[in-house]
Formats: sequence, C-alpha cells, structure tokens
Amino acid sequence: MGYIAARGGTAAILNAEVLVEHYRSRGGTPPLTLDQIQHQLRHAVGRAMHEGALYAPHLAALAVKQAEGDSIEASFLLRAYRATLPRVMATLPAHGRLMQCARRISAAFRDIPGGQLLGPSTDYQIRLLRATLARESDDDIARIATLVEGFAATHADGGIGHFPKVVDHLRAHQMVVPVPTATDATEPFDITRQALQFPCPRSARLQALAQADTGSLLTYAYSSVRGYGDAHPTLAELRYGHLPIAVAHPVDGSAVWIGELEATECETVSKAHSVRAGDAAPRFHLGYGFTYGQGEVKAISMAILDSVLNQVRSGGLSGESGPAADEEFVLLHSDGIEASGFTAHYKLPHYVTFEADLQVLERAKRHAATNAGGRLGRALAAAFANAAADEEDGDA
Amino acid sequence: MHELHYTYGLIDEDSKREVRRALLKAVALPGHQVPFASRDLPIARGWGTGGLQITLALIAPEDVLKVIDQGDDESVNAVNLRRLIAQTTGVSLTAVTADATVIQTRHRIPEERLRADQILVLQVPMVDPLRWVEPNLERATVMHGEADYGRMWVYMYESVVRAGDLRIATQYPVIVADRYLMDTTPIPRWDVPKLHQADALFLFGAGREKRIYAVPPHTSVAPLEFEDVPFRVEYTPGQRCARCGCGDSFLTSHAVSDADGATRWVTTCSDTSFCAARQAVP
Repeated sequence: MGYIAARGGTAAILNAEVLVEHYRSRGGTPPLTLDQIQHQLRHAVGRAMHEGALYAPHLAALAVKQAEGDSIEASFLLRAYRATLPRVMATLPAHGRLMQCARRISAAFRDIPGGQLLGPSTDYQIRLLRATLARESDDDIARIATLVEGFAATHADGGIGHFPKVVDHLRAHQMVVPVPTATDATEPFDITRQALQFPCPRSARLQALAQADTGSLLTYAYSSVRGYGDAHPTLAELRYGHLPIAVAHPVDGSAVWIGELEATECETVSKAHSVRAGDAAPRFHLGYGFTYGQGEVKAISMAILDSVLNQVRSGGLSGESGPAADEEFVLLHSDGIEASGFTAHYKLPHYVTFEADLQVLERAKRHAATNAGGRLGRALAAAFANAAADEEDGDA
Repeated sequence: MHELHYTYGLIDEDSKREVRRALLKAVALPGHQVPFASRDLPIARGWGTGGLQITLALIAPEDVLKVIDQGDDESVNAVNLRRLIAQTTGVSLTAVTADATVIQTRHRIPEERLRADQILVLQVPMVDPLRWVEPNLERATVMHGEADYGRMWVYMYESVVRAGDLRIATQYPVIVADRYLMDTTPIPRWDVPKLHQADALFLFGAGREKRIYAVPPHTSVAPLEFEDVPFRVEYTPGQRCARCGCGDSFLTSHAVSDADGATRWVTTCSDTSFCAARQAVP
C-alpha cells in the first residue's frame, strides 16, 4: 500500500527547479541578455524596482529574466536581495525640482512656468499593433536615433532640463494645505527597520505606497474616484526624468552627490470643498506620488491615495469615504509581495488544520441534527434574522 | 556580473540583532505582540518568514536544527526551509525531536514533551485573535492595552449558541500569564495544553504581520472556555494510529490504496518522527 499524501522530498524540489529552468529555455531561442531586458523592457525593469523597493536597474533586469517576466516575482527577488544588504545611511531629501525632466505635464493649467513637455509618452498614441516591430532591424533602430537628433536641432533647449514646480506656484499663493515637511536633519520613518503601526507618520505611508503593487494602488485609487469615495483629484504636475541624489558628508555634513535615479513624480490637488471645517482660508489638499522608472499610473494612484488619506487625517474629508479612505486597509493590503505570498501559501499542505476543521464540522452537524440550541438558541437565531431583515430595510 | 555572496544566516547582522531585541521584549511580556520590521526573505510571505527570521537570528553554529511542517520533517515546505537555513548557516540537522536544540514548526507542536534546553519556533499567519472581532489594528491595540476582551467572549458565546461548541478548530485563543489574549497559530486544540507550564521556550514569528511574541517556560496558558462549555481537544475514544498504534497523538487522515487498487482512509500520527520512533521500538 502506498501513502498518497504529498511528502515532497528534496529530490522533488530540486527537480522542480530544473523544470522551471527548462520551461524558460526550451523554446530554443538565444538566451536573453540583461542589457536587452534593461533597455527594451524598461517598464518591466522599472516596475520590479519600485515594487521591489531597490534601485538597481541591472539586478532588476536579472530579476525580470529569472522571473520570466512575472512582475510580482521579479520584485520579490529584488526585495529579498535587498534584505541581505546592510543599510548604510539615508540620503538627503531629494527635491523633485532638481529633476532633469524628460517629461512634465500639468492638467491644472495650460500654461505653466517652463511650459508643458510631453516627452516619451504613449498617451496620445493610437493603440494599434505595429506589425513592423516584429521585423525590427538594426537599421530601424538607427533611423529612430537620427529622428531624435533632429528634435534636438529644432528645439534649441533640447526640451530636457530643469523646471519650476507647479505646486510651488500654488504654495506661493496659499492655495494648498501645508504639509509638514521634514528638515534635512530629520530621518524619515523607515518601514524596512520599523514595523508599520497605526496611526503612522506620513513618511511611513509614502514608503508603503511607493513599494506597493501597481495594480492594487490603481484599484483603490480608481474606486475612490469612481464611486466609493470623493477624491476628485486634479493633476497639478507629473514629471519623469533623472533625479540627483545626495548624502551628507560624514564629517562636515555638506551634500555629496552620489548619482541619479530615473524616476516619476506626481502631485495632485484635491477638490476645493475638501477643506478643513472652520478653517479661515479654504485650501486644496496635496497628494504626492513617486516611483522609480516611468511608473505613471502608479505615481498618479499613489498621489490620489495620499491626498485622500491626508484629508482623512485632517478631518477634512467630505462625502463618501470608501475603502480608499481607510489607511490601514490600503497600506496593509496593497503590498504585492506580501499579498501574493500569503495568497499562494494556501498551496502548502493544511492537513492538520483541515483535520481539526473536520472535527468542528462534525460537532456542528451533530448540534444541528439534535437541535441542541434549545429555546435560547432559537430565540437568538430569530433575533439575528430580524436584525438582518432590518438592515435590508434600511438599505432600501 | 560578479557572484553574489551572502552572510551567515543570510540576513545582515544589524537586522538579526533587532530580531533578538524584539525576542527579549516578547519573553519579558508573555503573549504580548512585539512589532519588528521583518526583513524580506527569499521565501514568500506567508510561507514561514516570521519563524525563519527568528531561527536565523538565534541559531548558532553548534545548534542542531529540526524543521517540521504539519508535524512532518519531509513535508515540502519543511524541506525547503531546512535547505535554506542549512545553506546559509551550515548547522547540523536532525529529524529526532530529542536531538534538536532549535525546532521550527508550522501548525504542530511535537508530541514528545520538550526540554528546557530546547526552543520551539512557530510560524504564525494571523497574529491577533481580536482580528475576528476587530480587524482595525489601531483599535485592537487599545483593546489589548486595556485587556478589553469582552467582544471576544461574545464571539465565543455566539459560537456555542450557533454550533453547540466553541467553533474554533485551530489557532485557539488563550490567555497568557493571566494578561494577554494570544493566538496559538494554526496548531490544533490538541497542542494547546502543551504550551501551559512547559519546560521549553516557545517563540512565535509572523513575518508578513511583522510581530513577534513568546510563551516563556513555566507560564500559564489558559484556553478561553466557559464553565459549562469546557475547552476540549480533538480526541475520539478508541482512536489509533494505523502505523504505530498510538492512542494519544494527533492523527490526520490519509487515503491508502490496497493491493486490489481500492482506496480506503486511515488515520496516522501527524508527528512523523514520533511515529517512526514508536514503530522502531519492537
């Protein structure tokens, strides 16, 4: 007789790993190079970095390759690698106004200081499959490069550079609720070093949102603007480009530039009636979003959620609140790595818990069969049924 | 790209020290949930990362490690976690409960009584029994602070009225040291009494929920019960393990194929090393 119960030993696990490698490579095509992934799948690489919360483009390309393009798996690999690294120091606050912008747009004003710059964007592209891409050659790639050189020649400023921030203009005119800003000397809350507890500081919220799953943030933000909330954001500015990063010199404290990040930054303002009750000067609430790479949908979603949660904290949220206004609900369920890990854990054996469940089920069946609830049980059941009926009436 | 190298116990030393500090606090406040940052490990969240961080933070080169899942040393996840710990620490491994100094487990406490020189590390999916009645952490934290467990008692009462018994199969709620309400992780009721006045140290790690808690040796652990509806473990009079014949262990069901191809169900010890040792005794 043989026991069917799965007791996968080491051999089975090792074989499974080989099979995964085989399924990745069995198509007989040349191995993907990391350079190809990093440059031609830049959104996959960017997503692995912002959800993995580690800025490392080449390692992210490796993660995308190893994960066979699965975005959560790739970010999981990067996140796990990050945990093996010591934290050396925090950088100085990186100011978005120092970003070398390749793109910056505002939906709040047509004319903004410095002008709108569409940059690399599929926003206005007709989404038709381009069959020519299937036969792309080195010549095609050279032709694209020539076209872009032409742009630089016709626009003397090259279109790329530093721009003032739209929200600075709003701030200067006292149109937005001031957000407590950390000074350069303040260390932000670090969710990789302290467990998230509630109520949490805004820096903790922003970190949690910045490493959240894109799809999850999109769902919450969308629910809040579509009907389960009252967010009504206006996109003050979205910018994408290279953001310089500095650390404080360990001896004299001066800023030392250590490199730059490719990043997306978004700022939204709430609608005007979400002002603090009784506040003498009505103002908009700000929301802030940030991702590595060009993660625009996530940056916008994050900014909407930050704005909604700022309004909740200040007591200024009006109208329907919805799930997106519950900080714990949003922050504790949007991390793709945690959510996917726990959801997938149901694949693990649950023989013991299920056996215990079976025994509870048996007891409940016996209880139902003998109607052992008695007079009290029946009275309580009737009370529950009435309460449920009342609730339904209330909804109608 | 150069080869990546990893430190002893995988996680960096500062992070391990932080886990140990949380453990000390947890031991000092039995049953109280201590927040810790919880590093991301190369094992998925929900697959034992809390237990794993405790084990990696504690384990010394001279330790002897046992890892079980569902009571089984050869269950897939146990094999996998053991492989990771062995690869990054090189400690000796065992399946024999008595030989182990550190035992990491999911869903079971070994059948043999653990000794004072042994540590049991439990993997925890859900940290707070109050989650059933109060999912909001901020409010639940206040309830724990004030030992305000009234709603939990109401939950238990309703379960008795509706199902005729305390309708909780695993992760049975207990009061530790007459103070904190604690989740026992998905161990069956059978294992709950083993926590009470034990000789060994029990450490509970929840990686995704970022909490650590502990039951130190010789601590009172009392399951929630009513005077007229006492706490009962899973036990059917006359039950026997089909392999070792044990009449007082936690059993799980297995489908077995007979020689003629027919399938029938038998029950065997869920603790496989306990069962194997009993079978080895003539």
